[in-house]
Amino acid sequence: MHEKDLVLDLQNLRIRFETDDGTVYAVNGIDLQLERGKAIGLVGETGAGKTTTALSMLRLVPTPPGIVECDKLALNGQDVLTMTDKELEKIRGKDISMIFQDPMTALNPVFTVGDQIAESIHLHENCNMIEAQRRAIDMLELVGIPGERAGEYPHQFSGGMKQRVVIAIALACHPQLLIADEPTTALDVTIQAQVLDLMKNLRTKYQTSLIMITHDLGIVADTCDEVAVMYAGSIVEKGTLEDVFLRTKHPYTEGLFNSLPNINDRKAMLTPIQGLMPDPTNLPEGCPFHPRCPYAGEDCRKPQTTRKFSDTHFVRCGAYDRPGFHIARKEEY
Amino acid sequence: MAENILEVKNLTKHFATKRGMLHAVDDISFTIERGKTLGLVGESGCGKSTTGRTILRLIEPTSGEIIFQGQDVNKMNKKGLRHVRKDMQLIFQDPYSSLDPRKTVNQLISEPIIANKLFKTKEEVEARVAELMGLVGLAPRLFNTYPHELDGGRRQRIGIARALATDPKFIICDEPVSALDVSIQAQILNLLKELQRDLGLSFIFITHDLSVVNHFSDEIAVMYLGKIVEKAPTEELFNNPMHPYTQALLSAIPVSDLRAKKERIIIKGEITSPINPPAECRFFKRCNYACDKCKSVPQLNEVKPGHFVACHRLGEF
Repeated sequence: MHEKDLVLDLQNLRIRFETDDGTVYAVNGIDLQLERGKAIGLVGETGAGKTTTALSMLRLVPTPPGIVECDKLALNGQDVLTMTDKELEKIRGKDISMIFQDPMTALNPVFTVGDQIAESIHLHENCNMIEAQRRAIDMLELVGIPGERAGEYPHQFSGGMKQRVVIAIALACHPQLLIADEPTTALDVTIQAQVLDLMKNLRTKYQTSLIMITHDLGIVADTCDEVAVMYAGSIVEKGTLEDVFLRTKHPYTEGLFNSLPNINDRKAMLTPIQGLMPDPTNLPEGCPFHPRCPYAGEDCRKPQTTRKFSDTHFVRCGAYDRPGFHIARKEEY
Repeated sequence: MAENILEVKNLTKHFATKRGMLHAVDDISFTIERGKTLGLVGESGCGKSTTGRTILRLIEPTSGEIIFQGQDVNKMNKKGLRHVRKDMQLIFQDPYSSLDPRKTVNQLISEPIIANKLFKTKEEVEARVAELMGLVGLAPRLFNTYPHELDGGRRQRIGIARALATDPKFIICDEPVSALDVSIQAQILNLLKELQRDLGLSFIFITHDLSVVNHFSDEIAVMYLGKIVEKAPTEELFNNPMHPYTQALLSAIPVSDLRAKKERIIIKGEITSPINPPAECRFFKRCNYACDKCKSVPQLNEVKPGHFVACHRLGEF
């Protein structure tokens, strides 16, 4: 078996926050591998631990109150866990960069956008500020903003354009791994279409791997090769797009699909998931989804293991131990 | 023939700004039948929320008529307005900022009851609050909790209970689910649909999310820079969008169905400034089909029964 060319190798990640109100179990044992050039979607609702997981890859989880433990965290084969702050500064923005959700707050209001793009080039690419400025203008043009606007400040740009600037900063040093945290949530649909299109083109151009964090299954279907569905700090289902969208196995994933309005059958009532996300300071025993799960039984209170349905498709659901168990959603091939 | 609960005729709202006249809502007309829902769709800045608020006269319209149950809201005095607002209510977008954090659920829901003097004694008011909480699916134990103790879905239920407190006939829902997670969003949409069925409510549903509006509305009006560019029954609009903007908007929704791969129409540029807009089609600068003809303002014409489009080049592309 040949070794896969992994950009990211994350094993058994656990993150908790010690607060006055108790311990918040934000991430509870996550494995994530990403091959070079691929895109994986990290899907889940507010509080599922998506952003915390992403921040931990950059070692940006504030400690204290956070406590990050994991068996392995390697970027490009380099061990990130043992890096010093100096070494981390070198890889952040260079090997791995992040696009944040809200472009209105991600940019510094008192620097011009040109300076903000040039800063990361100047720091990482060993070139002087004049050269960096010139390359910043190239980056701006690449994301579809006229180069002469490099001297303007963030408030002079619209939301969609600010997000383009953030993308330009993130991609300025051609990172191997790009983490996009809800990059289009704050944007209108037609602008979202423009930004997603831009990201797709740039990704093909530079062979960047992508982790796309989103709550929108439509965006995942549009941009990713693989999907990991998160619930209460665990990955409950992981696989290729076809695995998860067409041969859904986990009841929570099924619930997500049923909650979406169906374009083809608009008279249908939606079937929402009952109840609410569990309190992360007090997670239910066994499968965290069992109090809301329509298929739950006594066996769901036991600790869960991940089972393999194919080489690519992994599901964390104990109900499949029951003979003949399947969920209501139909499989397609 | 079904009776119209609301008729809006040539509604216009301009704001005077330092840089000129901002045309937020520009000469729009529509009607809503009793018990039906009109979806008002568009991107940020297209004037959909301003339309909602001017109908309630929370913002004074510049001109136009708002005929609600046969009376012109725009001509009413303060007393008349107070009376008519019992029948027309608003549900806000953000359940995190639209509720007073210092009031309990009970106080929040009883506020409109007391303000409108619907019940006198404390017992009657509390009984009504309990009834409303049951109606929107809030557990009785939440009676004395504060909004910060509750999640977004429950907070939005409080907002809905407040809107229902005066037994309205007509509710404007301004992006009621866009701040919520999908699983919670579905719960709230189902709740609104049940309430409509049980109480015979009419809705204006303001949203930027076309899949939500598709699920919810009987008729959809697409707005762009203060103008309605296309209006049609929901199914017709989705099956046969005619305006280039509607087509682009529909194609831009990311679909979670892998089988439905489709070509996306990318429209260039961004929404242009609503300040002193030139006398041309509002979509002119971004339209892939724009030509010289489009340098005058197109009228909203009925091209099929019930299907209105404002475009000069209809049928030419």
